[in-house]
Amino acid sequence: MTAPTIRVQSENFDLQVEIDALTAGRKDIGAVVTFTGLCRDEQGQLFALELEHYPGMAEAEMRRIADLAMTRFSLLGLTAIHRYGKILPGENIVLVIAAAPHRQAAFDGANFVMDFLKTAAPFWKKEHAADGTAGEWVPAKDADDAAREKWR
Amino acid sequence: MKVNLVYFAWVRERIGKGEEEIDLPDSVVTVRDLLEHLKGLGEEYENAFQYTNVIRVAINQEHVEHDEPIAGAREIGIFPPMTGG
Repeated sequence: MTAPTIRVQSENFDLQVEIDALTAGRKDIGAVVTFTGLCRDEQGQLFALELEHYPGMAEAEMRRIADLAMTRFSLLGLTAIHRYGKILPGENIVLVIAAAPHRQAAFDGANFVMDFLKTAAPFWKKEHAADGTAGEWVPAKDADDAAREKWR
Repeated sequence: MKVNLVYFAWVRERIGKGEEEIDLPDSVVTVRDLLEHLKGLGEEYENAFQYTNVIRVAINQEHVEHDEPIAGAREIGIFPPMTGG
Protein backbone atom coordinates (compact mmCIF):
# COMPACT_ATOMS: atom_id res chain seq x y z
CA MET A 1 0.00 0.00 0.00
CA THR A 2 1.39 3.34 -1.10
CA ALA A 3 0.57 6.51 0.82
CA PRO A 4 -2.10 8.62 -0.93
CA THR A 5 -0.97 11.60 -2.99
CA ILE A 6 -2.75 14.75 -1.77
CA ARG A 7 -2.34 18.17 -3.35
CA VAL A 8 -4.04 21.54 -2.95
CA GLN A 9 -2.89 23.86 -5.73
CA SER A 10 -3.94 26.85 -7.85
CA GLU A 11 -2.56 25.43 -11.10
CA ASN A 12 -4.32 22.95 -13.36
CA PHE A 13 -3.56 19.20 -13.32
CA ASP A 14 -3.02 16.70 -16.11
CA LEU A 15 -5.14 13.57 -15.76
CA GLN A 16 -2.82 11.30 -17.73
CA VAL A 17 0.29 12.48 -15.89
CA GLU A 18 -1.41 11.72 -12.56
CA ILE A 19 -2.60 8.26 -13.66
CA ASP A 20 0.89 7.43 -14.93
CA ALA A 21 2.46 8.56 -11.64
CA LEU A 22 0.07 6.32 -9.70
CA THR A 23 0.52 3.20 -11.85
CA ALA A 24 4.21 3.47 -12.89
CA GLY A 25 6.05 0.19 -12.30
CA ARG A 26 3.02 -1.48 -10.69
CA LYS A 27 1.82 -4.91 -11.75
CA ASP A 28 -0.74 -5.44 -9.00
CA ILE A 29 -3.26 -2.79 -10.11
CA GLY A 30 -6.20 -4.15 -12.10
CA ALA A 31 -8.52 -1.15 -12.01
CA VAL A 32 -8.13 2.63 -12.08
CA VAL A 33 -11.17 4.88 -11.61
CA THR A 34 -10.86 8.64 -12.05
CA PHE A 35 -13.28 11.43 -11.24
CA THR A 36 -12.74 14.96 -12.53
CA GLY A 37 -14.94 17.83 -11.36
CA LEU A 38 -15.17 20.80 -13.75
CA CYS A 39 -16.56 24.31 -13.48
CA ARG A 40 -19.96 24.66 -15.27
CA ASP A 41 -21.10 27.94 -16.82
CA GLU A 42 -24.67 27.48 -15.46
CA GLN A 43 -26.27 28.17 -18.88
CA GLY A 44 -24.06 31.19 -19.47
CA GLN A 45 -24.87 32.81 -16.09
CA LEU A 46 -21.50 32.12 -14.49
CA PHE A 47 -18.32 34.04 -15.32
CA ALA A 48 -16.03 32.29 -12.82
CA LEU A 49 -15.84 30.40 -9.55
CA GLU A 50 -13.59 31.51 -6.74
CA LEU A 51 -12.42 28.63 -4.55
CA GLU A 52 -11.39 29.57 -1.03
CA HIS A 53 -9.69 27.02 1.22
CA TYR A 54 -8.33 26.65 4.75
CA PRO A 55 -4.57 26.25 4.13
CA GLY A 56 -3.13 23.35 6.10
CA MET A 57 -6.48 21.96 7.16
CA ALA A 58 -7.58 21.39 3.55
CA GLU A 59 -4.60 19.06 2.98
CA ALA A 60 -4.97 17.46 6.43
CA GLU A 61 -8.67 16.72 5.94
CA MET A 62 -8.14 15.36 2.41
CA ARG A 63 -5.46 13.09 3.84
CA ARG A 64 -7.78 11.86 6.62
CA ILE A 65 -10.47 11.07 4.02
CA ALA A 66 -7.94 9.39 1.70
CA ASP A 67 -6.55 7.23 4.53
CA LEU A 68 -10.08 6.09 5.45
CA ALA A 69 -10.74 5.12 1.83
CA MET A 70 -7.41 3.28 1.46
CA THR A 71 -8.22 1.10 4.47
CA ARG A 72 -11.94 0.63 3.88
CA PHE A 73 -11.65 -0.43 0.22
CA SER A 74 -8.13 -1.95 0.38
CA LEU A 75 -6.98 0.41 -2.35
CA LEU A 76 -3.55 0.06 -3.93
CA GLY A 77 -3.23 3.78 -4.60
CA LEU A 78 -5.12 7.04 -4.34
CA THR A 79 -4.59 10.56 -5.65
CA ALA A 80 -6.71 13.56 -4.69
CA ILE A 81 -6.02 17.04 -6.06
CA HIS A 82 -8.16 20.09 -5.34
CA ARG A 83 -7.59 23.49 -6.93
CA TYR A 84 -8.18 26.89 -5.33
CA GLY A 85 -8.36 30.43 -6.66
CA LYS A 86 -10.27 31.68 -9.70
CA ILE A 87 -11.55 28.90 -11.98
CA LEU A 88 -13.31 29.56 -15.29
CA PRO A 89 -16.10 27.48 -16.85
CA GLY A 90 -14.63 24.44 -18.57
CA GLU A 91 -11.61 24.30 -16.26
CA ASN A 92 -10.83 21.52 -13.78
CA ILE A 93 -11.62 21.87 -10.06
CA VAL A 94 -10.94 18.50 -8.50
CA LEU A 95 -9.40 15.12 -9.36
CA VAL A 96 -9.69 11.77 -7.58
CA ILE A 97 -7.95 8.64 -8.81
CA ALA A 98 -8.47 5.31 -7.05
CA ALA A 99 -6.48 2.19 -7.92
CA ALA A 100 -7.37 -1.34 -6.79
CA PRO A 101 -6.96 -4.96 -7.86
CA HIS A 102 -10.61 -5.02 -9.09
CA ARG A 103 -13.10 -2.45 -10.37
CA GLN A 104 -15.65 -2.40 -7.52
CA ALA A 105 -13.17 -1.22 -4.90
CA ALA A 106 -11.80 1.42 -7.29
CA PHE A 107 -15.30 2.76 -8.10
CA ASP A 108 -16.35 2.75 -4.44
CA GLY A 109 -13.07 4.32 -3.29
CA ALA A 110 -13.36 7.24 -5.73
CA ASN A 111 -17.05 7.72 -4.89
CA PHE A 112 -16.39 7.64 -1.13
CA VAL A 113 -13.56 10.18 -1.39
CA MET A 114 -15.71 12.59 -3.43
CA ASP A 115 -18.70 12.32 -1.07
CA PHE A 116 -16.52 13.16 1.93
CA LEU A 117 -14.46 15.74 0.10
CA LYS A 118 -17.58 17.74 -0.76
CA THR A 119 -18.89 17.84 2.81
CA ALA A 120 -15.78 17.72 5.02
CA ALA A 121 -12.81 19.23 3.15
CA PRO A 122 -12.62 22.95 3.96
CA PHE A 123 -13.25 24.56 0.56
CA TRP A 124 -15.90 27.14 -0.33
CA LYS A 125 -17.13 28.24 -3.75
CA LYS A 126 -18.11 31.79 -4.59
CA GLU A 127 -19.85 32.49 -7.89
CA HIS A 128 -19.01 35.48 -10.02
CA ALA A 129 -21.90 36.22 -12.38
CA ALA A 130 -21.47 36.83 -16.12
CA ASP A 131 -23.28 40.19 -15.74
CA GLY A 132 -20.51 41.40 -13.41
CA THR A 133 -22.62 41.47 -10.25
CA ALA A 134 -21.01 40.73 -6.90
CA GLY A 135 -20.41 37.06 -6.15
CA GLU A 136 -22.65 34.87 -4.04
CA TRP A 137 -21.36 32.02 -1.88
CA VAL A 138 -22.68 28.68 -3.11
CA PRO A 139 -25.06 27.20 -0.48
CA ALA A 140 -24.33 23.70 0.82
CA LYS A 141 -26.64 21.04 -0.60
CA ASP A 142 -28.61 18.57 1.56
CA ALA A 143 -28.11 16.05 -1.27
CA ASP A 144 -24.35 16.14 -0.59
CA ASP A 145 -24.90 15.33 3.10
CA ALA A 146 -27.27 12.53 2.10
CA ALA A 147 -24.67 11.14 -0.32
CA ARG A 148 -22.17 10.93 2.52
CA GLU A 149 -24.64 9.20 4.85
CA LYS A 150 -24.84 6.14 2.59
CA TRP A 151 -21.29 5.18 3.69
CA ARG A 152 -22.22 4.88 7.39
CA MET B 1 -7.25 32.25 27.54
CA LYS B 2 -5.75 33.67 24.35
CA VAL B 3 -6.66 31.93 21.11
CA ASN B 4 -6.13 32.54 17.41
CA LEU B 5 -9.36 32.59 15.41
CA VAL B 6 -9.44 32.13 11.63
CA TYR B 7 -12.53 32.85 9.54
CA PHE B 8 -13.47 31.69 6.04
CA ALA B 9 -15.97 32.42 3.24
CA TRP B 10 -19.01 34.46 4.29
CA VAL B 11 -18.08 34.31 7.97
CA ARG B 12 -14.80 36.08 7.07
CA GLU B 13 -16.59 38.61 4.84
CA ARG B 14 -19.25 39.47 7.41
CA ILE B 15 -16.72 39.94 10.23
CA GLY B 16 -14.42 41.88 7.91
CA LYS B 17 -11.18 40.05 8.74
CA GLY B 18 -9.57 36.67 8.14
CA GLU B 19 -8.02 36.15 11.55
CA GLU B 20 -7.54 37.65 14.97
CA GLU B 21 -6.19 36.78 18.38
CA ILE B 22 -8.68 37.25 21.17
CA ASP B 23 -8.62 36.88 24.92
CA LEU B 24 -11.54 34.79 26.15
CA PRO B 25 -13.17 35.01 29.60
CA ASP B 26 -13.11 31.83 31.75
CA SER B 27 -16.86 31.44 31.22
CA VAL B 28 -16.21 30.36 27.61
CA VAL B 29 -15.77 26.59 27.87
CA THR B 30 -17.21 25.00 24.72
CA VAL B 31 -17.40 25.87 21.03
CA ARG B 32 -21.06 26.85 21.61
CA ASP B 33 -19.99 29.29 24.37
CA LEU B 34 -17.37 30.73 22.01
CA LEU B 35 -19.90 31.39 19.24
CA GLU B 36 -22.30 33.05 21.70
CA HIS B 37 -19.44 35.17 23.07
CA LEU B 38 -18.39 36.27 19.58
CA LYS B 39 -21.98 37.18 18.75
CA GLY B 40 -21.83 39.83 21.45
CA LEU B 41 -18.71 41.56 20.10
CA GLY B 42 -20.52 43.90 17.70
CA GLU B 43 -22.85 44.21 14.76
CA GLU B 44 -20.57 42.46 12.27
CA TYR B 45 -20.20 39.44 14.58
CA GLU B 46 -23.94 39.38 15.25
CA ASN B 47 -24.44 39.34 11.49
CA ALA B 48 -21.97 36.47 10.98
CA PHE B 49 -23.32 34.37 13.85
CA GLN B 50 -27.05 35.02 13.51
CA TYR B 51 -27.70 31.29 13.04
CA THR B 52 -24.97 29.56 15.03
CA ASN B 53 -26.35 26.07 14.29
CA VAL B 54 -25.11 26.29 10.66
CA ILE B 55 -21.60 27.37 11.68
CA ARG B 56 -18.83 24.75 11.43
CA VAL B 57 -15.80 24.81 13.70
CA ALA B 58 -12.36 23.20 13.63
CA ILE B 59 -9.94 23.11 16.57
CA ASN B 60 -6.27 22.83 15.57
CA GLN B 61 -7.48 22.06 12.02
CA GLU B 62 -9.79 19.16 12.93
CA HIS B 63 -13.60 19.30 12.75
CA VAL B 64 -15.38 19.41 16.13
CA GLU B 65 -18.99 19.54 17.33
CA HIS B 66 -20.42 22.55 19.18
CA ASP B 67 -20.26 20.80 22.56
CA GLU B 68 -16.47 20.30 22.28
CA PRO B 69 -14.40 22.01 25.00
CA ILE B 70 -11.95 24.57 23.58
CA ALA B 71 -9.33 24.19 26.33
CA GLY B 72 -5.87 23.83 24.81
CA ALA B 73 -6.88 25.12 21.37
CA ARG B 74 -4.13 27.01 19.57
CA GLU B 75 -6.17 27.79 16.46
CA ILE B 76 -9.93 27.73 16.02
CA GLY B 77 -11.31 27.85 12.47
CA ILE B 78 -14.87 29.15 12.06
CA PHE B 79 -16.68 28.81 8.74
CA PRO B 80 -19.91 27.99 6.88
CA PRO B 81 -20.76 24.49 5.58
CA MET B 82 -18.20 23.42 2.99
CA THR B 83 -18.94 23.54 -0.74
CA GLY B 84 -15.82 22.20 -2.44
CA GLY B 85 -15.43 19.29 -4.79
